[in-house]
Amino acid sequence: MSLALHLPALQVVVPLMAAPLAVLVRRAGAAFLVVTGASWVAFATAIALWSATSEGAAVSYAIGSWPPPWGIEYRVDRLSSFILLLVSGMAAITLPYSRASIEREIAPEQHYLYYAMLALCLTGLLGITMTGDAFNIFVFLEISSLSTYVLIALGRDRRALVAAYHYLVMGTIGATFIVIGIGLLYLTTGTLNLADMAARLRDVRETRPVLAALAFLTVGLSLKLALFPLHQWLPNAYTYAPSAVSAFLAATATKVSIYVLIRFYYSVFGESLIFDALPLPQVMLILSLAAMFGASAVAIVQHDLKRLFAYSSLAQIGYITLGLSFGSVTGLTASIVHIFNHAVTKGGLFLLVGGAMAVMGGTNLGRLSGMGRVMPLTSFGIVLGGLSLIGVPGTAGFVSKWYLILAALEKGQWWLAMAIVASSLLAVAYVWRFVEVAYFRPPQGDAVDLREARPGLLIPAWLLVAATLYFGLETSFSVRSAAAAAGMLIGAGR
Amino acid sequence: MTGGESILAALAIPLVGAAAIAACGRRPNLREGATLLTSVLLFACVTALLPEVLGGGRPRLRLLELLPGLPLAFEVEPLGMLFALVASGLWIVNSLYSIGYMRANDEMHQTRFYVLFALALAATIGVAFAANLITLYLFYEMLTLVTYPLVTHAGTDEARRGGRVYLALLLGTSVLFLLPAIVFTWHVAGTTSFVSGGILDGRLAPLALALLLALFIFGIGKAALMPFHRWLPAAMVAPTPVSALLHAVAVVKAGVFAVVKILLYVFGLAALAGITDWLVGIAAFTIVAASVVALRADNLKRRLAYSTVSQLAYVVLATALLAPASVIGAVVHIAAHALGKITLFFAAGAIYTAAHKTEVSQLDGIGRSMPWTMGAFAVGALSMIGLPPAAGFVSKWYMLSGAMAQAHWFAVIIIIGSTLLNASYFLPIVHRAFFRPASPAAAGGAAHGEAPLPMVIALTLTAAGTIAFFFAPDLPLALARQTLVTP
Repeated sequence: MSLALHLPALQVVVPLMAAPLAVLVRRAGAAFLVVTGASWVAFATAIALWSATSEGAAVSYAIGSWPPPWGIEYRVDRLSSFILLLVSGMAAITLPYSRASIEREIAPEQHYLYYAMLALCLTGLLGITMTGDAFNIFVFLEISSLSTYVLIALGRDRRALVAAYHYLVMGTIGATFIVIGIGLLYLTTGTLNLADMAARLRDVRETRPVLAALAFLTVGLSLKLALFPLHQWLPNAYTYAPSAVSAFLAATATKVSIYVLIRFYYSVFGESLIFDALPLPQVMLILSLAAMFGASAVAIVQHDLKRLFAYSSLAQIGYITLGLSFGSVTGLTASIVHIFNHAVTKGGLFLLVGGAMAVMGGTNLGRLSGMGRVMPLTSFGIVLGGLSLIGVPGTAGFVSKWYLILAALEKGQWWLAMAIVASSLLAVAYVWRFVEVAYFRPPQGDAVDLREARPGLLIPAWLLVAATLYFGLETSFSVRSAAAAAGMLIGAGR
Repeated sequence: MTGGESILAALAIPLVGAAAIAACGRRPNLREGATLLTSVLLFACVTALLPEVLGGGRPRLRLLELLPGLPLAFEVEPLGMLFALVASGLWIVNSLYSIGYMRANDEMHQTRFYVLFALALAATIGVAFAANLITLYLFYEMLTLVTYPLVTHAGTDEARRGGRVYLALLLGTSVLFLLPAIVFTWHVAGTTSFVSGGILDGRLAPLALALLLALFIFGIGKAALMPFHRWLPAAMVAPTPVSALLHAVAVVKAGVFAVVKILLYVFGLAALAGITDWLVGIAAFTIVAASVVALRADNLKRRLAYSTVSQLAYVVLATALLAPASVIGAVVHIAAHALGKITLFFAAGAIYTAAHKTEVSQLDGIGRSMPWTMGAFAVGALSMIGLPPAAGFVSKWYMLSGAMAQAHWFAVIIIIGSTLLNASYFLPIVHRAFFRPASPAAAGGAAHGEAPLPMVIALTLTAAGTIAFFFAPDLPLALARQTLVTP
């Protein structure tokens, strides 16, 4: 069937077309339908692509029928199909949620803009994951970043604009570093196709320009994935953005940047350069530990629930990069599976917080007092999501923790295993701040409308909470996909 | 029903029961009926597994693959069978008692209370029937989380603070020590299944084995071994039925059960030879130090809490001695102590409900107005001390036999010495209650009679059970002996 042949292109084109369409129709209801439809089509496409690659074969598609390495190639293998599923799935859940959520959070005349920008952001993220061309990565990265800046600025709070501007400055610096890195790679290899680049880099691996390219790419991507100490844009961006945006970004934006890092490290530069020739793993280890402990500690003293979860995200990103720093199959499996598990957990948490905001009028912990009695389902959902952040068995977070600890013990690094579990205890401290506020204090007097959140807000959120529990018990999909991807990446390395 | 189906039913009944209790929330009598029915059904289901286990069979159930190579699986063996019998049997009595207590004290959030109890029992059955470490760990953590709202039931600042200590110590020990120990066991042995004789055979050097043992022992915070015992007195902020659950039925027994199970089925008695001396020392210290604190405690529940810490350490001490007789004593003590301690807590709750008294010094002459309660208390005290005709005598006999067989005179001295200590902080209470006149000042409020009927029935039942255990200990002894048999 000819449609199946063009699936890789459709994956990106469908949401891309939805964006100007949303602007054209102008009316919020119509824009919502267009973009939500597009996201569901994108999700279906991702499922189809995932089943196509589940045997191990990679799907390759030449844009415009120009053959690679001169033309742009879209390449889907086990890792990218997994990420595609995650990103499109998140969009598919967040969009129905947005309908109810942005009513209070974004000015009505800007709703169509929200949908258009979300479609563009989705396009960008899917494009980054799909493409096998280095400069194409940069183009899609910019598409997703620019639309993200707009999305954050749409927030109700005045500080949203400042947060967006801050993110814009830092994001542009990051993107500039990335394009410099790509430029240097092009300079030394003469090609922009990732697979071709990998083959050509073998000869010039340890030359200065290549090492400089690696450095630029690492720093630029670290900015995008908010690795400590290049994380300062994230807390404000997540806190002041509209709830649906926070959820979508927390689940996807940093994760895709991590994907690019993994792709460049393993499929382009090769593990022998990264792990044997350079002290990159040690640096990443130290920064990851700093993120895990520092961000968790800061989360404990936050007064705003969204900001608390933003810092929690920084710590969880630390777990993912920690897994990367091991350089072993188990470590990489831990990273990839945590990309998935954390996205599901944090997405659900931010969606629930959005529901809380709609009812209680704000996300300050003082405002959320007594939430357990007023909004029992939302509060319980946040507790369950919190348990996944801690890594309680039966939740998705436990699966990632298990593999992280196993990776550390496989290397005989007991101190690291203890550090990982110790940081989980910090998570107990900040999750329990919410528990005590929600269940041990009486509700505030001036809450807007003291009922549970509307189904439109509650159902998508609880879908993700249920997924957090489901993927904590039925791990065959997440773990096998991650292990297969890790095995493929490390096996193919030199 | 096959064995596997019975296991599934045993797990499902309390979960379904919890939902039913929640649904009946608006109709208290229906709700209480649901609790009682659920507990009776659970006990029946657990008992149905008994013949097969006594005959040497091991019913199994495999639910799902949690992680590749790590299934969520269940297997009923004698030790787990005994624990499940104690837990499910005492839940029935505890439910009866709770009904009396909660209604007499007009407690808030009763539906939540009964629902959480059912969930806690589900977790307990999961722990009892776990076939491997990962399953044990999952239900162990579930038990901690489900009992937290029970401990903080009152919702006061004091309850919140107690809950913090409870959670910090239990989650802290299990995440910091138990989880790495389990991952390491998986890494070394390639499996986490409980196998008679252990799974670490010859894979680790003695020092590494001893360190792993330490990680496991301190990781099981529910066993209340010092220095991670403070959660137990901190949890006394809970309503007394919860304390009865914690101290006799579910939480602490899950702790010592896990310790014995891991010592026997992960390490194996043979592999442990020579590396448990430090454990004997820590257990001995806990026994004595906790008894000394109990001696000086005036608050009755606090005294009982530290008595529990001390009694749990008996189980650890006896198992660490590695003698067959003492291991049998340890296993039997899981049941014997449960019966005795629940009686004591029931009595404490009855005293609070009827007379609003919480301190030992207020109990002068109370035996006259509450003869059934204090009679039961006396039986429970006898069991703690280890005197006939109470249950505690049976287990203590075996523990002493094992210690003497090993010529482990230190352990013998500790056991005998602590018996005297137990007597010194329990017998005075009984003496005060029956042989001192009720002083007018201590009487305080109006004259009072016995506690409400459901509570009196419950404590009479458990006191009778404590005595019956002494005269007919065959079942627990049979199960304990079977635990040592390597198939």
